[in-house]
Amino acid sequence: MKELLEKLTQAYSPSGSERSIREIIKAELANYETKTDALGNLIVEKKGNGKKIMFSAHMDEIGIMVTHIDKEGFLRFDFIGGVGAYNLPGERVRFANGTLGVISVEKLDKIGDLKRESLYIDIGAESREEAEKLVKVGDSAAFISPFIDLGNRVVSKAMDNRSACTVLVQLMKELPETDNHIVAVFSVQEEVGLRGATTAAFSVAPDYGMAIDVTATGDTPKGLTMEVGLGKGAAIKVKDRSIMVHPYVKEKLIELAEKNNIPYQMEVLEFGGTDAGAIHLSRSGVPSGVLSIPCRYVHSRSEMIDYRDLEAVLKLAKAFAGADLQ
Amino acid sequence: MFLKELSEASGISSREQEIRDLIREYVKPNVDEVFTDSLGNLYAVKGKDKVGPKVMLAAHMDEVGLMITNIEKNGLLRFSPVGGVDPRVLVSKPVAIGKNKVIGVIGAKAIHLQRPEERSQVLGYDDLYIDIGASDDEEAKKLVKTGDVVVFATKFQELGDLLLGKAFDDRAGCTALIELTKCEFACPVYFVFTVQEEVGLRGAGPASYRVAPDVALVLEGTTASDVGETDEANYSTTLGEGPAVTIMDRSVISHPGVVSMLFKLARENGIPLQMKRTITGGTDAGKISLSRGGVPTAVMAVPCRYIHSPVTVMNYNDLQHMVKLAEIFVQEIAQKGVELS
Repeated sequence: MKELLEKLTQAYSPSGSERSIREIIKAELANYETKTDALGNLIVEKKGNGKKIMFSAHMDEIGIMVTHIDKEGFLRFDFIGGVGAYNLPGERVRFANGTLGVISVEKLDKIGDLKRESLYIDIGAESREEAEKLVKVGDSAAFISPFIDLGNRVVSKAMDNRSACTVLVQLMKELPETDNHIVAVFSVQEEVGLRGATTAAFSVAPDYGMAIDVTATGDTPKGLTMEVGLGKGAAIKVKDRSIMVHPYVKEKLIELAEKNNIPYQMEVLEFGGTDAGAIHLSRSGVPSGVLSIPCRYVHSRSEMIDYRDLEAVLKLAKAFAGADLQ
Repeated sequence: MFLKELSEASGISSREQEIRDLIREYVKPNVDEVFTDSLGNLYAVKGKDKVGPKVMLAAHMDEVGLMITNIEKNGLLRFSPVGGVDPRVLVSKPVAIGKNKVIGVIGAKAIHLQRPEERSQVLGYDDLYIDIGASDDEEAKKLVKTGDVVVFATKFQELGDLLLGKAFDDRAGCTALIELTKCEFACPVYFVFTVQEEVGLRGAGPASYRVAPDVALVLEGTTASDVGETDEANYSTTLGEGPAVTIMDRSVISHPGVVSMLFKLARENGIPLQMKRTITGGTDAGKISLSRGGVPTAVMAVPCRYIHSPVTVMNYNDLQHMVKLAEIFVQEIAQKGVELS
């Protein structure tokens, strides 16, 4: 599964441009008939007469979009999703056509003046004409950062949310025997407002929703005040800004973790949201929960997870897929 | 085109009756069916039973403005904005209040009474009031009541190709939609004039749920800052360079298939088309694209300077080009459908 994780994290797919990651996942799940909807969500189904459970993992990643190309060939840009300006200088980006660039910043009087508007991308072009042969206004780019394996801990860009895509691909490969109707949605545009999950949930009309996503941790020097930590197991979400997890779903996950000796921790997140925020409000309401993979340095180019947590989340997802639900 | 009439009509979000009645008159002769829903969205339908993709073209009828919140003892009126109004531009502007269009002016403390530091500050809503010439609250209440809406009393004018008027956001889109009702299409087309866009895209969601389109195009008036001190990087759009297509804003990432189709058709037909080069703001496309199981949606807009103020400036040619390209786009959809990915 580590090879799959590496492959998925390295794929290019900022929100709205998820085609390449979708093709990779489709190929991984070639045994299934898959469906792509109007927004680009990839929907994979195992039919059954039991409860219909929609699992959702978003495929998109944060990135940038070009808003202007100046006379000298430098690109100005805006953010796609929650990108912080302060750690961007020196980072590198890649466009869909393979064009590479580095981000730098205008001369500032003090570092506090750094904001998005003072950043630019240099793609090595010497004029606007030369730049426009490679990049147009409106083109998106993703950050680049290699996958590194530190043993239990692994680091890459886009662990948010390719780590969860890895779990969901693996879940569909190793589905337990069950009557439950399992629908795996690899959703689009989560980072810009849970948009793919909104329409997928309407189409799927599930009995239960289960998002799989990363969550923040409180286990770094003078970091967040938060219980969640790397290596402490699958995180069962209680709440974030988008959802109060349905008590039945939360209790069921705890019960399944206890019964199957799967390490778990409870997650209370004071910010952020996941696809479950959209799913649980679809149609007349869907009891929904979230399985989270703890992740340090979320939305940076070096997102770190613990591989053992990933395995725990997979086990718990499998248990939920096969569970006898009310 | 009916831009002058639409620009001068009143239709603050949630009070769209006057503008809706006007639009209904204009579209009626051109379409098979016209109806209104419970929120006030106006639908004009053409070729409902034709085979082929169901196309939804949408423009919002409502405009930003003000609402009376309190009538003071001295007969002056306090107000709040409806939608995103720039408070810097309000003072001394003439306005029309309520159904009877009672004339008033937005007032503030006189310049010779202001302290030096006050002169360099922007006046907030707390510092502004509307004066309708009433000597006390009793007299004022005969003319207006709390909850009445206020529009800017701006007359439409032409300056060569450039047009001046209020509410080109989105009466430019409404004008285009009315023009398009005159065309014949080979597929079913729903022309939807939505309500309450300026207060949170509220009309478009239910409208799109009702229509359940296969593809949607939102026609808008959008921001242009191609003037003065602005860095070229922040122009967003430029007047006279054709309508602007939104790739991404705060509400939507336009469907890439629809966007590339628009640019291809513009190229083939020699129609100027630009990209909107900032990602601020949101439009009805945000709600339409997410309705039901998802709708491929894009936004095309006429660039407008000084948007969300009492006077907007746009180029008439941009509007004509938008109408032409939208027509060709729907014809192409009728023939070939939408390339999804």
